[in-house]
Amino acid sequence: MARALRYLGQAAVYLLIAILLGIFSDSPAYLAFPRDQALIKLSLVHSAQRKVPCRKLSAEELAELAPNMRKPMSCSRERLPLWLEVRLDDRLLFSKSLPPAGLSKDGPARVYHRIPVAPGRHSLSLKMRDSARTEGYDYQLDMEVELEALQNLVVDFRPESGGFILR
Amino acid sequence: MTLGIKGGMRTGFLWIEDWLDRAFGPAWNPLYHLGALGFFYYWIVAASGIYVYILFDTGTTEAYDSIEYMTVEQWYLGGVMRSLHRYASDGMVLMMVVHMLREFALDRYRGNRWFTWFTGVPVFWLVIASGITGYWLVWDKLAQYLALATTEWFDWLPIFGQPIARNFLAPSLLDDRFFTLLTFMHIAVPLILLLVLWIHLQRVSRSRIHPARGLALGTFAMLLALSLFKPAVSQGPADLARIPAEVGLDWFYLAGYPLMDIWSKGALWAFTATLTLIVAVLPWLPPLRRVPAAVVDLKNCNGCTRCTEDCPFNAVSMQPRTDGLPFEWEAAVNASHCVACGICAGACPTSTPFRRASDLVPGIDLPDRSLRQLRDQLEQAAAALSGKARVVVFGCDHGVAPRDLALPGVAALSLPCIGALPPSFIDYVLSRDLADGVFITGCRKGECYQRFGQRWTEDRLARRRDPYLRARVPRERIGTFWAAPTNRRRLVQAVESFAAGLGAPPPAPGGPERPVGAPEASTEEAAAHG
Ligand code: HEM
Ligand code: SF4
Ligand code: SF4
Repeated sequence: MARALRYLGQAAVYLLIAILLGIFSDSPAYLAFPRDQALIKLSLVHSAQRKVPCRKLSAEELAELAPNMRKPMSCSRERLPLWLEVRLDDRLLFSKSLPPAGLSKDGPARVYHRIPVAPGRHSLSLKMRDSARTEGYDYQLDMEVELEALQNLVVDFRPESGGFILR
Repeated sequence: MTLGIKGGMRTGFLWIEDWLDRAFGPAWNPLYHLGALGFFYYWIVAASGIYVYILFDTGTTEAYDSIEYMTVEQWYLGGVMRSLHRYASDGMVLMMVVHMLREFALDRYRGNRWFTWFTGVPVFWLVIASGITGYWLVWDKLAQYLALATTEWFDWLPIFGQPIARNFLAPSLLDDRFFTLLTFMHIAVPLILLLVLWIHLQRVSRSRIHPARGLALGTFAMLLALSLFKPAVSQGPADLARIPAEVGLDWFYLAGYPLMDIWSKGALWAFTATLTLIVAVLPWLPPLRRVPAAVVDLKNCNGCTRCTEDCPFNAVSMQPRTDGLPFEWEAAVNASHCVACGICAGACPTSTPFRRASDLVPGIDLPDRSLRQLRDQLEQAAAALSGKARVVVFGCDHGVAPRDLALPGVAALSLPCIGALPPSFIDYVLSRDLADGVFITGCRKGECYQRFGQRWTEDRLARRRDPYLRARVPRERIGTFWAAPTNRRRLVQAVESFAAGLGAPPPAPGGPERPVGAPEASTEEAAAHG
């Protein structure tokens, strides 16, 4: 009798552990993103132009250099900041000057930014300056997008493909 | 404040353990074997993991499909293995967290015990990292959520050239090589975990890494039943073009993820780092525990190795003789490992109170709680006893406090651990007629603050382990009761009924006579020493 009771007690403890493991291994569910929103994700890595443009060295300047150092162009390492602006239906979603990476500011500027937006038809406008200009844009893309709820629209940038890419 | 919380946790643990003792008994009580259960879960995870790995394909679509295959088509084996793999991993976290809280509550992490605690901290993170990489491999919606949340969190650290989250921008950019890397990590991290667990146990001798068979069987049966009743499933294939809205989190591993949406990434890093740091330095936060380590007296050490055998913390080693005495070995204490439990002094054959006062210097002893002091206390306390049933209680600092045993006719003495009591002290009390009975108590059965105090004591009294309690000592004059501080009443009852039994008529004639006189004793002890 006492023995049976003991085994019953053990079974109760195992049941409790099993319930804990069974339940909390996948519930309660977590709402990681609002169901009625779409997401625009800016994710791009791009080097702006050099702060001081490269310059062709003159013959005299080249002659002054050690023979193994003679390169026809002299380039400073530092890059300009990258300026990026995103508008959705004339609403400004993002506008920032992104600094170059690295201690000597010679790396690419990068941005990774999530913007939840309402689904539906929108006009999306992307603008970028990667030069020293203060007016006009080096790259621009304006297009109509149809966003579904929970859609993940990625804004990427590949200069070799002509600029902004939507994925 | 912290003392209040800790005290409360301690009482809570002791109370639950008491109930579990009734159902499981000390040998199977899960709370006494959390570390061993942690290892048991680890092996189940490892074994089921090997099977799951055989059926697993790396690759962005192959991963999910291969896991669906084992879950649906091969549910009877692959599915069960997958479920065991998941639930045993969860069990490991559960055991680990309770183990950690318990070591904290029962104060087994300060002073020279810091090492085991401190190495437990990386163990914690390695376990969590193993689980996260595992969930990631499934490449379902949960994995997708984890991949992005984790990489976005890590990208906050200025260590990666390119944001690693960019690996998961779009299906076309997803790289099979990334899965290969993840698979490698999911195997490498648990192996590193095993290595760190080995380090974790370097300072606990004879660590219990295997649960008793009954406990292991029960645990495995529980996992198997759960796996059949609620098989582990995936949450739909990952689709990087769509955001997973609702994910079923495994809260054992992923409870921290929702914080990423509440706090900024930097704040979460600061929180995680600070919490880890606080936990890691807990052993050095006040009140500090600093007690002088055991000291060897070579003139009295014959190199018998008993102290090394009995030390619960790997603090005594035997080294070649350095003093020219004709023995092969001598004991050496590593003071930075020693927790001053005194168990070595209780094991040393030279720790006998029968020796003349000037001579009671054992081969190994605690400098601030020497056996000479214990004998003086004993003689003083015993001299104050009167009546027909005088009882000397030897207890320890971690069970019921001796002052709580203030009963008439009872003198209670406390040791750092009951294992620090040389059995010859019992002989001494009875043969010198210092009392009519000796009562031994210490931490609750199966659970000793200094790990082996009660186990070695029982073995010594039962003459299973050196140093034996001499055969001439009348066993009916010795009482034992193992009790946690919360069991004071039961202990008092046990002492009272023991004392009452001492007044009863002596055992039948022809039984062992109550020995008196010491000369015989000292020769036998001297022989033991030689
Ligand atoms: C899966 C993870 C873990 C496993 C398998 C494990 C295993 C063990 C084992 C087998 C013991 C020895 C028990 C004995 O024989 O007395 C032990 C002791 C201990 N563990 Fe762990 N452990 C784990 C995690 C942790 C963590 C996260 C911490 C704390 C941060 C921790 C702190 C301790 C402490 C303080 C001791 C006691 C040392 C002593 O008695 O002085 N452990 N562990
Ligand atoms: S007192 Fe003795 S038995 Fe205890 S830890 Fe130190 S050396 Fe080991
Ligand atoms: S138990 Fe005593 S005699 Fe034996 S090795 Fe240790 S210190 Fe020396």
